[in-house]
Amino acid sequence: MESFGTVDGPGIRFVAFMQGCPLRCQFCHNPDTWNPQGDCQYELTPQQLLEEVMRYKSFIAKGGVTLSGGEPLMQPLFAREFLARCQSEGLHTAIDTSGAYCTPNALAVLDHTNLVLLDIKTMNPALYPVLTGARIENNLRFLDELQERGTDVWVRHVVVPGLTDDDHWLHELGRHVARYSVVKKIEILPYHTLGAYKYEQMHMAYPLQGVEPLSAARTQEIRQMLSAYKPTL
Amino acid sequence: MILQNLQNDFKGSVWKHEIDVRDFIQSNYEPYDGDEQFLVGPSERTTRLWDKLTEMFKTEREKGVYDAETKLPQSIDTYGAGYIDKDNEVIVGLQTDAPLKRGIFPKGGIRMVESALKAYGYELDKDTKTIFTKYRKTHNEGVFSAYNDDIKAARHAHIITGLPDAYGRGRIIGDYRRIALYGTTNLIEEKKRYHKRIDIQEFTEEIVRCREEITEQIQALKQFERMCASYGFDVTRPATNAREAIQWTYFGYLGAVKDQDGAAMSLGRVCAFLDIYIQRDLKKGLITEEEAQEMIDQMIMKLRIVRFLRTPEYNDLFSGDPIWATASIGGMGIDGRHMVTKTDYRFLHTLYNMGPSPEPNLTVLWSTRLPENWKRYCAKVSIDTSAVQYENDDLMRAELGDDYGIACCVSPMKIGKQMQFFGARANLAKCMLYAINGGRDEMSGHQVAPMFSPITSDYLTYEEFMPRFEQMMRWLAKTYVNALKIIHYMHDKYDYEAFEMALHDGDVERTRATGIAGISIVTDSIAAMKNCKIRIIRDETGLAIDYKIEEGTYVPFGNNNDETDAIAVELTEKFMEYLRQHRTYRDAIPTQSLLTITSNVVYGRNTGATPDGRAKGVPFAPGANPMNARDIKGAVAALSSVAKLPFQHSRDGISYTFAVSPSALGKEREMQADNLVNLMDGYFTPHGGQHLNVNVFDRELLMDAMEHPEKYPQLTIRVSGYAVNFVKLTREQQLDVLSRTINHCM
Repeated sequence: MESFGTVDGPGIRFVAFMQGCPLRCQFCHNPDTWNPQGDCQYELTPQQLLEEVMRYKSFIAKGGVTLSGGEPLMQPLFAREFLARCQSEGLHTAIDTSGAYCTPNALAVLDHTNLVLLDIKTMNPALYPVLTGARIENNLRFLDELQERGTDVWVRHVVVPGLTDDDHWLHELGRHVARYSVVKKIEILPYHTLGAYKYEQMHMAYPLQGVEPLSAARTQEIRQMLSAYKPTL
Repeated sequence: MILQNLQNDFKGSVWKHEIDVRDFIQSNYEPYDGDEQFLVGPSERTTRLWDKLTEMFKTEREKGVYDAETKLPQSIDTYGAGYIDKDNEVIVGLQTDAPLKRGIFPKGGIRMVESALKAYGYELDKDTKTIFTKYRKTHNEGVFSAYNDDIKAARHAHIITGLPDAYGRGRIIGDYRRIALYGTTNLIEEKKRYHKRIDIQEFTEEIVRCREEITEQIQALKQFERMCASYGFDVTRPATNAREAIQWTYFGYLGAVKDQDGAAMSLGRVCAFLDIYIQRDLKKGLITEEEAQEMIDQMIMKLRIVRFLRTPEYNDLFSGDPIWATASIGGMGIDGRHMVTKTDYRFLHTLYNMGPSPEPNLTVLWSTRLPENWKRYCAKVSIDTSAVQYENDDLMRAELGDDYGIACCVSPMKIGKQMQFFGARANLAKCMLYAINGGRDEMSGHQVAPMFSPITSDYLTYEEFMPRFEQMMRWLAKTYVNALKIIHYMHDKYDYEAFEMALHDGDVERTRATGIAGISIVTDSIAAMKNCKIRIIRDETGLAIDYKIEEGTYVPFGNNNDETDAIAVELTEKFMEYLRQHRTYRDAIPTQSLLTITSNVVYGRNTGATPDGRAKGVPFAPGANPMNARDIKGAVAALSSVAKLPFQHSRDGISYTFAVSPSALGKEREMQADNLVNLMDGYFTPHGGQHLNVNVFDRELLMDAMEHPEKYPQLTIRVSGYAVNFVKLTREQQLDVLSRTINHCM
């Protein structure tokens, strides 16, 4: 899957969505990308994907390429080779990851990654598994690894009313990432319900049935609040 | 040649010995790399004038026209001086004796004048009518005395439309700067010299005509001197300061719109030129930035109130009173310096000082190498106003140099050195249907084109279609170019633009610009023929009137699909090659455009169902746009498709009207501007797209404006090739704009 975006990293970006994700976040708006054996729009080699990217080079020259998902680090060998090829064409590379993999192969992808969009779902260690079906430790370790390597990070945080919007844990997130010099921005992603129809299509129950989208005013307020720690977006 | 009274403290030498405005500019202009911080708001006088006009616009919107002349034929010096409010005007000059009062141009056609007046409740003076029916032949009469049956039928069936056969052809840009730089005495001397030069051994018809035209040009310059004198200005000598330079240049443009009601009356490229005078006065301490901006604001204000009297049928095609006072700004010089000056900023800034406006048609000549500050400012203005269009300077400069300007929407021409014979457009979608129906019109059933063999199979195949389509394109090209030969012969004879041509070189290059409407429909139809099983639905007379795609799908134009996009490229080239097979009037170079302006709605209304799945009567996409809502892969893919269309076979321009929602450009304002810059840098590569209308808004805004027009008197949007007050569009056109793709993703 591919599209163009201005919201997955700086500038206009070619965004490739990869199939498969180890997490099962309740608020996920792309549940169709969970299953690694799921239906793909395209099956491409890194070179083929690069050729598709290069058809748009003039548009993304100052933006770049973002591998998203699903979880791009679930296919680390592909990701690494593709991003390496992008870099050799002079393109800026980013991955959008939950940091759930700290395997040597996954970390090797970072050799060719200019920017990591790192999802921190919540700082609440008790809530994290409930929300995602996984434990928080890898996520925290991943950030340490990025700090060590000096790779730029934008931390992304989805704010779901009633789940991840309480001030205490938001401040906790701010305080935590403030310690990492590699974190350049905190991006607040207000929860929306645009992915709900996909659950219906896939005959799955929508876990957040009845939860309202986060209001624009509250989104603004949270951005303001966290700007005490890092620039917010 | 000896040129008198020049401002010799300016640098350079060539321009001091012959008429060469470009040399003057290149020798003296100062590129500006800074940002917009120096700009200032409107003066009190400017605001007072604009407020007064704003009140008058309300009356004009209600009545259709504010006021109209009924007796005196328009010419450069028909009227004496006219003012909006003399005490507050620093730049003066009106088309008639009062603001918004529309003059009449019976030389183009008396019937059009009469019916336009009648439509708004005025009656043409009897004596004027007698003169232009009994004693003086008009352009319109001339044309119809020579049209053949083929042309008349094609015109009637709307396969060739919008021909300038009843009013001025326009799309000629006088080099209005020459008046400021040289004064009319020098210009007249130059014309006399040229008149002597063409006193050659053998007088051909062309030479005789040239000699007569040059004499008319000299007379027009003298009329112009009288007009300027009525405002108290002596334009026989060059301008000596910024105010005079701006006033003289505007007078030049004013002379043109007093003399001609051309479909498009464009200004040309004046920013760097005027900036030289402004910079000199600023440095000498003669004026302040406030005064500089005031003069620019007031000149622009004058361009906003140029009006022509049109019939309701004309307004149906080109809504919202467009006159295409296209002003080309920015661009690069061939020496590698960019040509952005502070006055380029001042021009765009008028959209803040007096609010957004469709006129003048502000056109930024874009290059990826322009200064980042300027690019970002342009993007910001687009995001705020949707009133700017962009054209690819890197693409055009290669051939046209660095002193060309855009006429109308997308037509580039070297200022003062090239002119165009404007030829409106042919309906290629209808031509496709004629190919299927053996020359019968799908709406009326009449035999319009020759009785070629129709397709009689139940299913439409590419193999059966293409040879017939080639044959029909050949017929259309022939009929079309013959019509244009007649039109331009008669226009030169009965409605010659003596004044505008006086501001050109004697040896002028001419182009003949035809156009295509419906390129995306034909492309999609052919893609459908190649990929789908299409059943032809016929009426009882055997006429194909509808098509049903029974099996298969196709990828429409606008999704960066190489296979489909190649069809559009091939069609453009093919039709151009058929046009090139014919000789042209006055050896003009044949060109074409992919442009419809707002006529895409009327084209649609007059065209039956098409094999791509478009129903009868549904509007075409404007210009080279993908069909509405069929470009589903986002902005970048759509831009990539349009950028493939070959400029070398569509030299008169390729118009793409683009709309994007602000949120698709990014979360924050700064980011939105940066991303719009990136988007344009991506589109305007040296081999990329030629033109882009940039609209930044959400559908909800337009829907609200439809319901509450009074809330949005100045809401400006870009339609194909020009900007328009949204509330002035017909309801049908508003709905068409609403049905267009507004990109929500890149």
